[in-house]
Amino acid sequence: MVRKNNDKNYMRIEFLSKSSNESFARVVVAAFASQLDPTIEELSDIKTAVSEAVTNAIIHGYEYKEGIVVVEATLENNRIDIVVEDFGKGIEDINKAMEPFYTSKPDLERSGMGFTVMETFMDELEVESEVNKGTRVRMSKTFKSLSNKE
Amino acid sequence: MQLTIDIVNDYMIVKLRGELDHHTSEYARKKIDQRYYSNNSANIVLDLRELNFMDSAGIGLIMGRYKNCIDRNGKVSIVSTSPYINRMLKMSGIQKLVDIYQTIEEAIKG
Repeated sequence: MVRKNNDKNYMRIEFLSKSSNESFARVVVAAFASQLDPTIEELSDIKTAVSEAVTNAIIHGYEYKEGIVVVEATLENNRIDIVVEDFGKGIEDINKAMEPFYTSKPDLERSGMGFTVMETFMDELEVESEVNKGTRVRMSKTFKSLSNKE
Repeated sequence: MQLTIDIVNDYMIVKLRGELDHHTSEYARKKIDQRYYSNNSANIVLDLRELNFMDSAGIGLIMGRYKNCIDRNGKVSIVSTSPYINRMLKMSGIQKLVDIYQTIEEAIKG
C-alpha cells in the first residue's frame, strides 16, 4: 500500500489471545507512538489503556479460549488513534460494563476499572460490541507535548 | 515480574519488580497467598517502588489482599513513590482503604 500523506502512519498487529501477549501489545503500540515524541507520561497513558483493552479481549471476549486479537494504530499530526478488536462473545450491556468497579468476573479479582482507566488516560473512547460477534474499542489521544513545541 | 518476600515480625513484606498486569498478577497472587497462609503474619506491605508498569490488574491484586488481611484482622499497606503508580492508586480510590507510605520503615511503624 502506498501512502501519499507523509504525516500519516499506520500499523496493525494480530496475535493469539494469550495473557503473555498483553505486554507485547502495549510495548508495540508505545514504540510506534514514540515516533510522535510524546512525554513519558503520555506514553504510560497509552501503554496502560492498550493493556486494559487487550486484557478485556482475552478475559471477557474470548474467556481464555483461543482467538485472535487485532490492534491497529494510526498516527496523524500529533494524534494517535488505537483500535483493539476481538471476535469473541461480545458485551450484552455496554453501559453496565463501563460502570466503574463493575466486573462480570469478580472471582478473578478484577477491579472493574478497565474502561475507567481507558477513559481517564485517553481523550476519546468508543466501544462497539455485538453479542457473539465481538468487540471493537477505539480510543484516541492528542499529544500535548508536541503541540507545545510549535 | 520478580517478587521477593521477607517476614518482619507481624508483617509480610512483598517487593514487586517489573511489570504488574493481568498476566503477571496471577503469578504474584499465588506466591503472596501461598506464603500468607503458610505463616502467621497478619499484615502485608506491598512495595511497588520498583514496578515500571501497573494497570488495573494491580488494583485487583491489592483489593484481593486487602480482603484476605481483613479476614485475619490485619491490614495491607503500600509503599509507592512513583507518580505514575500513585496516579493509578488515586484514580481507583484505593487509598481510602489502604495507607500509602514512602518507605517500608514508615509502613511498618504505621
